[in-house]
Amino acid sequence: MTAAGNPAFDTAARPVSGGRRLPSLSWLGVVPFFAYVGVFLLLPTAIILVGSLEAPDGSVTLSNFGEIFKPFMYTSFVNSVQISVVTAVLGAVLGALLAYAVATGNPQGLLRRMVMSAAGVFAQFGGVTLTFAWLATISTTGIVYQFLLDRGLNMYPGNDIWLYGLKGLGVIYLYFQIPLMVLVFIPALDGIRPQWREATESLGGGTWHYWRYVAGPLLFPSFLGCTLLLFANSFSAYATAAALFTNGGILLPLQVQALMTSETGSSQPGLAKALALSMIVVVLVVMSLYTLLQRRTSAWLR
Amino acid sequence: MIRSRRRKLQIFRYTVFLVAALFFLIPMFASVEFSTRGTGIGAPRTLDSWKLIGSTPELFAAISASLELAVITSVMMLVLVLPTMVWVRLRLPTLNRVVEFICLMPLTVPAIALVVGIKPIYVWISLNFTDSILALAFGYLILVLPYAYRTLDAGLGAIDLKTLTEAARSLGAGWGTVMLRVVVPNIPTAILNASLLSVALVLGEYTFANLMNYENLQVAVAYESLVDPGTSVAISVAALGFAFVLLMVLSVVGNLRATPVGNIGGGMP
Repeated sequence: MTAAGNPAFDTAARPVSGGRRLPSLSWLGVVPFFAYVGVFLLLPTAIILVGSLEAPDGSVTLSNFGEIFKPFMYTSFVNSVQISVVTAVLGAVLGALLAYAVATGNPQGLLRRMVMSAAGVFAQFGGVTLTFAWLATISTTGIVYQFLLDRGLNMYPGNDIWLYGLKGLGVIYLYFQIPLMVLVFIPALDGIRPQWREATESLGGGTWHYWRYVAGPLLFPSFLGCTLLLFANSFSAYATAAALFTNGGILLPLQVQALMTSETGSSQPGLAKALALSMIVVVLVVMSLYTLLQRRTSAWLR
Repeated sequence: MIRSRRRKLQIFRYTVFLVAALFFLIPMFASVEFSTRGTGIGAPRTLDSWKLIGSTPELFAAISASLELAVITSVMMLVLVLPTMVWVRLRLPTLNRVVEFICLMPLTVPAIALVVGIKPIYVWISLNFTDSILALAFGYLILVLPYAYRTLDAGLGAIDLKTLTEAARSLGAGWGTVMLRVVVPNIPTAILNASLLSVALVLGEYTFANLMNYENLQVAVAYESLVDPGTSVAISVAALGFAFVLLMVLSVVGNLRATPVGNIGGGMP
């Protein structure tokens, strides 16, 4: 007789009634977190999403997005994209040079540790403080401007004070774009093995061949990805620009600010949300591409 | 041939370092110079601007508000995010990806966009509960989520969480004991890093405070620049120096473990 055939055994192993397991209460442990992000992250996102489709009278409309293409808005959109592209590309190239200078040094060296620590600090450094630092440097009362002027060099020939324009903002943005590039690009450079160079040479290749056919193609996806990250970083920046431009909506974030603080904004509540949504979409697309490219790089990094 | 390449590389490296050092250090130096200027041409160096920080009540209020916010945000982050991450890893692994996705979401929602959606909630909070500036901590916790998550995730990934907790549980420890006496002592670096990043981010925050009409440190600095540029630059330098020390501590601690965590991912204050 088997144990399974014996009713006594059967009952002992699995009670016929009342034997269902209690439903697991583990999910209770994550309720506070989900409630919190629900109220302060998901609800705001939903408010933006729904609000961007809402006309002032409460009906559903797409006209808020049409407003973006009116000349005034459109200019700031173009400006935002332009400054993000320029500072991303310049920041990526200059940052990659600096990263290469770091990566070719002693990996345990003091110099590398100092540069990496400083990059960590400067990449986080933005906003009002950064703008003031640059005003103290190259505005017409700034020390570098005065220093150069005393030596007969005028930084602003023809009284064109470019510091207060997009060009000036670009210079300021590079101050956090370059260090960010160093931080995100170094892992790819560290993944390059010296043996690959030796292999190229033993096959008769020179420096050009090495960069063109070995290191270049390996580093390119990561470089492109990091450039995209820099684009998103500059596209979302607000405080630095707000401190430099005291009036006018030169950039998209400043248009959002203007709509949130002015009369026009309260008469068109959907417009700020439509602008916010379009910013989110741009950053979302760019960051997704960045993630894809990083994944491609990490395939050979390890 | 190899030697000449080596020399060229060294020349290239030191040129790059020199140019970078000039670009990054001159604005720092210029800020200090600006904040110690006397009034009038040829006036001697003075610390008047620095002394004004202490004697301007609004500035003082804003500085203490920002420091309080920094502490509250860090504590909330540790109380809400860390236990959830531990719990999900141990009991609800299927939710791991969801929690990760949510925590990294603020990277794709610029602060200037998020503030548009969060403002109605703050209007409601200030009408029904409190109009204290400390309410900003709720929003700040969202802003620090990605950085906190990555740092804590790296820390939790480096220990054998499952074995540790099972051992503690089989010896009769409750979940509170597990968190406080098993998990926390095992990831001190990650906790320190996550807290320092939160503090640095909160001290530099301008977007939320400015657009929701709260006067935190950065907003006060921006106002002060209209009244007395010297003083506003002086506070900037002081705040930056403080954040610099915090982040230096962080990166030195981080370098000891040789894992670059935290900063990667962008997202400016």
